[in-house]
Amino acid sequence: MTADYLVEMKQITKRFPGVVANDGVNLQVKKGEVLALLGENGSGKSTLMSILSGLYRPDEGEIYIEGQKFSFKSPREAIFAGIGMVHQHFKQVDTFSVAENVILGSKDTKFFLNAKKVEQDIEELSRGYGLHVDPTAKIWQLSVAEKQRVEIVKMLYRGSKLLVLDEPTAVLTPQEARELFQTLRKMTAKGQSIILITHKLNEVMEVADRVTILRGGKSVATREKHEVNERELARLMMGQTMVIPSKKEEANFGATVLELERVSAGSDARRVGIKDISLQVRAGEIMGIAGIAGNGRRELAETIAGLRKIVEGKIFIGGKDVTNLSTLEVIDEGVSYVPEDRLGTGLVPNLGAVDNLILKEYRRPRLGSGPFINRRKANEYATELVNDVGVKLTGLEAPVKLLSGGNLQRLLLSRELACSPKVIVAVYPARGLDIAATEAIHEMLLEQRSKGTAIVLISEDLEELLKLSDNIGVLYKGSLMGILPVEKAEPEIIGLMMLGAKPGEELAS
Amino acid sequence: MIRLERRSAPSLLGTILIPLIAIFLALITGAIFLYLNGLSSPNGITWGQVFAVYTGMLDGAVGSTYGISETIVKAIPLMLCGLGVSIAFRMLLWNIGAEGQFHMGAFGAAWVALTFPHLPVYLMIPAMVLAGMLCGGIWGLIPGIPRAYLGVNETITTLMLNYVAMLWVSYFVFGPWKDPQGMNFPLSKPFEPAAILPTLGSSRVHLGLAFGILIAVILWFALRRSRWGYEVTVIGESPRAASYAGMNITKNILIVMFLSGAICGLAGMAEVSAIAQRMQPGLSPGYGYTAIIVAWLGKLNPFAIILVSFLLGGLQVGGYSVQSSGVPAAIVFMIQGALLFFILGGEIFNRYKIVFKNKVKVGV
Amino acid sequence: MSQEFLITILATAITAGTPILYAALGEVLTERSGIINLGVEGMMLVGAVCGFVFAIKTNDPWLGVFAAMLGGGAMALIHAFLTVTLQANQIVSGLALTLFGTGLSGFLGKSYIGIPVENPFKPVELGFLSDIPIIGAIFFQHDYLVYITYLLVPILWFLVYKTKPGLNLRAVGENPAAADSLGVSVYKIRYIYVILGGMLAGVGGAYLSLAYAPSWLENMTAGRGWIAVALVIFATWNPLRAMFGSYIFGGIDALGFRAQAMGVMIPSFFLKMLPYLFTILVLIIVTRKAMANRVGAPGALGLSYDREER
Repeated sequence: MTADYLVEMKQITKRFPGVVANDGVNLQVKKGEVLALLGENGSGKSTLMSILSGLYRPDEGEIYIEGQKFSFKSPREAIFAGIGMVHQHFKQVDTFSVAENVILGSKDTKFFLNAKKVEQDIEELSRGYGLHVDPTAKIWQLSVAEKQRVEIVKMLYRGSKLLVLDEPTAVLTPQEARELFQTLRKMTAKGQSIILITHKLNEVMEVADRVTILRGGKSVATREKHEVNERELARLMMGQTMVIPSKKEEANFGATVLELERVSAGSDARRVGIKDISLQVRAGEIMGIAGIAGNGRRELAETIAGLRKIVEGKIFIGGKDVTNLSTLEVIDEGVSYVPEDRLGTGLVPNLGAVDNLILKEYRRPRLGSGPFINRRKANEYATELVNDVGVKLTGLEAPVKLLSGGNLQRLLLSRELACSPKVIVAVYPARGLDIAATEAIHEMLLEQRSKGTAIVLISEDLEELLKLSDNIGVLYKGSLMGILPVEKAEPEIIGLMMLGAKPGEELAS
Repeated sequence: MIRLERRSAPSLLGTILIPLIAIFLALITGAIFLYLNGLSSPNGITWGQVFAVYTGMLDGAVGSTYGISETIVKAIPLMLCGLGVSIAFRMLLWNIGAEGQFHMGAFGAAWVALTFPHLPVYLMIPAMVLAGMLCGGIWGLIPGIPRAYLGVNETITTLMLNYVAMLWVSYFVFGPWKDPQGMNFPLSKPFEPAAILPTLGSSRVHLGLAFGILIAVILWFALRRSRWGYEVTVIGESPRAASYAGMNITKNILIVMFLSGAICGLAGMAEVSAIAQRMQPGLSPGYGYTAIIVAWLGKLNPFAIILVSFLLGGLQVGGYSVQSSGVPAAIVFMIQGALLFFILGGEIFNRYKIVFKNKVKVGV
Repeated sequence: MSQEFLITILATAITAGTPILYAALGEVLTERSGIINLGVEGMMLVGAVCGFVFAIKTNDPWLGVFAAMLGGGAMALIHAFLTVTLQANQIVSGLALTLFGTGLSGFLGKSYIGIPVENPFKPVELGFLSDIPIIGAIFFQHDYLVYITYLLVPILWFLVYKTKPGLNLRAVGENPAAADSLGVSVYKIRYIYVILGGMLAGVGGAYLSLAYAPSWLENMTAGRGWIAVALVIFATWNPLRAMFGSYIFGGIDALGFRAQAMGVMIPSFFLKMLPYLFTILVLIIVTRKAMANRVGAPGALGLSYDREER
């Protein structure tokens, strides 16, 4: 057995109904290195790491840790074997304190909880790696970056030898990401091994020692960092699939369509609302909105879509005051909304394509008269939409929850675009989609822009914003830090604004 | 260990087979308890005798014209209450107050019949129907209001109102409505003939059967073909998607709770008018609770609910018919409860494939 | 109102509240693990009948209580299997449990209606505690099952908030995925506390048939199981507050019984409605307050957990 590998995964295969997520994947990690696991969305990275962390069980294949064979039946066993997973969606109990989250499930936790002692231990441990967390704070009070640090501390507290980070920078500003990378370096210096799951080439070049590339569920290559460049990585990651990136046409702005005038709106439990936001979006303009999760992105989207009560200020659409109209009236004013949570909010998972496509059209006369819906007309209407955007369906009545993410989003967008909206609010529309589906969605949005629709694009992905937007605004704690034209929107500047700097202050410094 | 694997689509065979297997297993469960109970009795019991109890039940329920007509008589309140709660269940409103709504419906109808005894039949019956549905509907609406506006758990409030409704009815039959010629029994005066629903020939099968079928047809059509039915479906499946699409959830909760209560109220009206023919306590041997099983077993489909109500109606008639041979009638409720367990457990086969692992993990 | 009368009412509030308290404590534990069990009424009835039958057969009320725990626990096991392993709808499964329990208890208890228990739980003096003026008369002239709750409530409170098992329990109810990712066995914990909940509900039922009544009557719980479920919401899933709430309900129950002795001219039917109406009222007030203060149920209450859900 080759002893210089800390962890070795051999010929891992995992099948889900309808897909082979991992197909004979091999992976090795050395002690004290950062291994980047590179691949597009849907290439099987997360599944592979869920297997390594004991969440899923592989159908075939073996896992060795320090030369010893392991077969994890649960995450608990993986943790005891020294594998620490930091998921993209943090697995934390919001109502618990940091300390409670850290000690949860640890075998060192005593029967009687000694809060003081535990808090002290955690304080010391985190200081050693330069990870700042307040052990007494409740999780729901923390920022995303702090929550991420809690996840890391949680794993270190359990004495993990290998830390697996799933797309850790997706939720961070560029500055926070850099800080995280410094911490990772500090940890490898102390002998920790790290797997960094990512689809960003620059991150591989910045922090990794080696890189393993996954494509279509298979491990296609492993390279030392100094042997490769970004271009080769891109080729390995994408394979032969040539994706022509959608092209943005010359801007052709019309009159202001959507106007927010000093709008404030309330929040749900333990979240911020939005405060005093003024914003104008013209016909044919894409207004990008950046901001870290929990800083009012969803609230802003819901406020414009008429789902959230406005406490102060006014909203106009095409010059008409629509402040606090009912959701229905806002829809009728021509506002379409593509929510972040497409299956939970935008679609009805257990209903078929027809019932989902008529979700906003069902009360209009074209689908029936009086109190009735004409099912034949509804079917025709749905078939037309499905054919237009090329959604692949098994049947019009099959539950939509069985569709892939890309098809779901196409279905949702086709419905939202069908009524020729004046305003589109789209939140992170390409979330979790593979590169082809992402391009298709971007294409649809850019087409709307050319048609003269005012678009508000709220996203976590800075690259997406920079590619599509004409102007970019940044949300921080519910307030708009400023709006920059895309030419002036350097990622660094946007990053600082996401952390609360106003553009003027930052430029002055 | 048992592990579940998601199915991409429910199998057709399962949809038909599962209820049948569930019924079979529920009867087996009942048999086991009958046997164990019999063992502790002084005479002991054989499996043959247990089997005889079941054949006795079957004979009692469908072995004679009288049995069949009684099965239909029991099925009427079950189907009406089952249809009533099924609309609420569709929106994931757990209206388990059918028993109370049934009693209030009976109360409303009786109030009309006793207060205006001289109404002609063409006014009397419609007025009783209206009053019954109104009272039942209001009884459903009362817990609906705090649910719609504040999100107050309707399961508990609807259930609490069952007790209130029964005490309310008891107050009237023990007090203001007590028949002076009734030898001090808690009974109201008998209704005038005009206040009694017509029956089929000399049997006790009454017009309530037509009410049930009519309502099933209306519901089926409304749920499948109307904008309102579509809203109810969407709200039930995903309230978030519904409010995203601009549907008024609050309004629909109120409508559905009222309708649900009104249909259960109609069941009470039919029962008091055609069967009891006067107001009295103990109008229902738990129809409102059995209705929950009827609705679930019928998968909330109006026509399936009608079919299932005959089945459970027959079970009740059968249960009473073997009571004389010393078998407690409670066996019927036990079998019903077990039936619901098996139906619930069986649904898993629609959603998942079950994989048995050969490795047994130690634990609870 | 004389002081003596007030003491009687308060002491009765405790005995009338004790069956609800046992059931509510059980439901607190069950719901803390993220499972709603609406079968409390059914489990109490089965507990009542099992307790009664065994106490008569063995002439030992403690064996009756033991049997009630087994009966309630076995009922809860069905719920656990359906909702945890098979991931069935928790509401419907709970309703089924109540219907099944009602039928089963009626079936088992048929031949015991009207038979007295020779050896029921009787009030026991607790030495000097019972002699404390007023306090002694209210709290310390009861039977052992009441005294047990005086210990059980603080123990459960400590368990939930101050120990490792309690931390695991709360984590499983709040966010099972998080607990599972750290190796806390969601399924095992849910099974344990659902069954424990059923056992306590069983004891609550046995208190009715062996101490409060003491006799067996069909449907003798008369909605107390449901009141216990409502009480858990009022108690914000806290054992101490559950105790407080149970005694309030006990008091209303006691008042209803004694109001006529006090010369109140309200028909008894309306007095009997009081606990039910009060439950609805409390539920409305508590829900409003919970919305304002944003204290909520355990985060994952009522949701099945499936590790490989994608």
